[in-house]
Amino acid sequence: MSAPRFDAIVVGAGPAGSVAAYTMASQGMRVALIERGEFPGAKNVFGGVLYRKPLEDILPEFWKEAPLERKVVEQRLWVLGKDSVVSLGYRSARFKEPPNAWTGQRAKFDAWLAGKAERAGAIPIYETVATSLIRDGDKVVGVQTDREEGDLYASVVIIADGVNSLLAKSLGVHREWKPDQVSLAVKEVLALPKDVIQERFGVEEGEGVTIELIGETCGMAGLGFLYTNQDTLSIGVGVMVSDLQKKKVKPYQVLDSIKQHPEIQRLIAGGETKEYAAHLIPEGGFDAMPPLSGDGWMICGDAAQMVNAAHREGTDLAMLSGRLAGETAVACHATGDWSAGGLGAYTQAVKESIIHRDLKKYRGLHSLLSGPQAELLFGALPQALNDAAYEMLSVDGESKRDKQKRAAALLREAAGGTAGLIGIGWRGWRAMNG
Amino acid sequence: MLHMVVCIKQVPDSREIRIDPKTNTLIRQGVPAIVNPYDLNGVEAALQIKEQVGGRVTVITMGPPSADKALKSCVAMGADEGILISDRAFAGADTLATSYVLAKAIEKAGALWGAPGIVFCGKQTLDGDTGQVGPGIACRLDYEQLTYVEHIESVDVERGVVVVHRHLEDGVERIRAPLPVLITVVSEINKPRRASLPGLLRAQAYQPIVWSTADFEDLDRSKIGLRGSPTIVSKTWVPEPRQVDTEFLRGTPAEVAGRLTPVLLERLRMTQGA
Repeated sequence: MSAPRFDAIVVGAGPAGSVAAYTMASQGMRVALIERGEFPGAKNVFGGVLYRKPLEDILPEFWKEAPLERKVVEQRLWVLGKDSVVSLGYRSARFKEPPNAWTGQRAKFDAWLAGKAERAGAIPIYETVATSLIRDGDKVVGVQTDREEGDLYASVVIIADGVNSLLAKSLGVHREWKPDQVSLAVKEVLALPKDVIQERFGVEEGEGVTIELIGETCGMAGLGFLYTNQDTLSIGVGVMVSDLQKKKVKPYQVLDSIKQHPEIQRLIAGGETKEYAAHLIPEGGFDAMPPLSGDGWMICGDAAQMVNAAHREGTDLAMLSGRLAGETAVACHATGDWSAGGLGAYTQAVKESIIHRDLKKYRGLHSLLSGPQAELLFGALPQALNDAAYEMLSVDGESKRDKQKRAAALLREAAGGTAGLIGIGWRGWRAMNG
Repeated sequence: MLHMVVCIKQVPDSREIRIDPKTNTLIRQGVPAIVNPYDLNGVEAALQIKEQVGGRVTVITMGPPSADKALKSCVAMGADEGILISDRAFAGADTLATSYVLAKAIEKAGALWGAPGIVFCGKQTLDGDTGQVGPGIACRLDYEQLTYVEHIESVDVERGVVVVHRHLEDGVERIRAPLPVLITVVSEINKPRRASLPGLLRAQAYQPIVWSTADFEDLDRSKIGLRGSPTIVSKTWVPEPRQVDTEFLRGTPAEVAGRLTPVLLERLRMTQGA
């Protein structure tokens, strides 16, 4: 029996791979969708926010059938001090119809999305690991899997096998990520009754809140989060791996300490831990992105470092890249040109898309966060801000002018003097707008 | 050519089963369905014989339309055909009615591909745990029944003889039996294979054969479904945890041993005396 042949092989049934497979299969291409997990989503983790726009462009009104948790009507940013919080938030009815974003759970959502690709005609090959690429000279012509007689051939291989991409390594476009190019996120899902969640977060049925957390990460570059699901809460924290190495702190210790914070405690009290998950997040940003296409291959999503750490966006960039790769493959299928030149249209499309523009905008962020300022930004400054707020808001017979002076002094002191504060501000501004 | 039939059942994954504390019944909702693990040992045993002496393997299940997934996973392993016996009239069957219908289906499959020389079943199912269906089929087909088989020593198709080892509580029994036989297998017999990639792809495109009541010519309607099932579950309950008196012996190892020895000797005397 000759080895099976497809028009396209997609490796990884996460958001990037499933969208790529769906895009191609719905245009009549013969597509194999390979996934190592027991089912799509089984091995996937994200914080929990899905935006409407990227998927709506592919599956209009998907939210009417997709397994989503709550539509996000309020986003909060909490700057944590030791036992206090400075909070900033935005809540708007405009987020309700149509919703801007939802909270979700990947195990359910990814299985649904892969199901869409299957129904469009993609052939699911699950519980199967694509171990390496098969080449003919420089050209990628298929993949090897860990099953008996496991070789599979196609005109193009779309590599969407996630942050620890075996195939991108097999291709040689990148090696293991450096410890400062990846964050380790740990997450717990805590069960609470629906009405308790709605009461504690002040929302109605079907509505949810996201809280991003800065501070109390043991002085390491990292962000925490607390999101509302239907009858669970997702709480977690992502910290740069190089920081964990340096500080010799275990990631769950960071999460435990955030969970102990009195203001967090109030929201999660009584929650029974249902799941515990950990996953790497590629946060190398623009400068860590590998080449995206070549002779017979394209790379999407996490495998290509497509994560915007500053805006907790990864899933939507993955889906967009999957769509662009799928559309490129459909075009190449029509012309029969699967060369590096033909597939280069994908690299070009990514360059013109929001993926490139957003990651480029924040390209300085990575060096800022992995530099010496991290300790200040995530440790001393959040605490100083809390202390300053205390000074400003407590009425104790002191004149307002003196109080404001002292509050400002606290911040200045934390930043190492006025020059330091201005420097931090400037570098931060550059990182976010460079 | 040796025709082998394997009877399989789709069961809820027992690793994920919970019991409703109010009704004492299994919560099946949201529990993933798997092929009864012992049945997969049966499929593997049949495939190994096929590889050694040739033949063909037919997998049969009775269940709802969604059970076709179970058949497909056996086809992915290498089974030649899968037959789904599915009809509302078969629903609610106990082991008596189930073995009647399966025996009829095996006869019918025999008419298509030759009377089966060996029929395999798992030793029991995860959800029912009775172990009655295999022997029930053997009685109806008038096949020799070899239960709890842990090893198939030889299959001689020409002389029509099979030699197997039965896994008993106090040892192993080696049996020679004339074909046709019905064999129920224990998990020690083999490790079910992982599907090859071509097998997986074949199974993706494979549509199992579906038989409803209308496909059987001589079915006795009084013997199928709820009507053919005299078994009644009158009550289910969760047993109280057994109360065991536990005494902690503390002290130096010598002291503890000194107090423990007479207790153990007394136990030994009691069990031997009984």
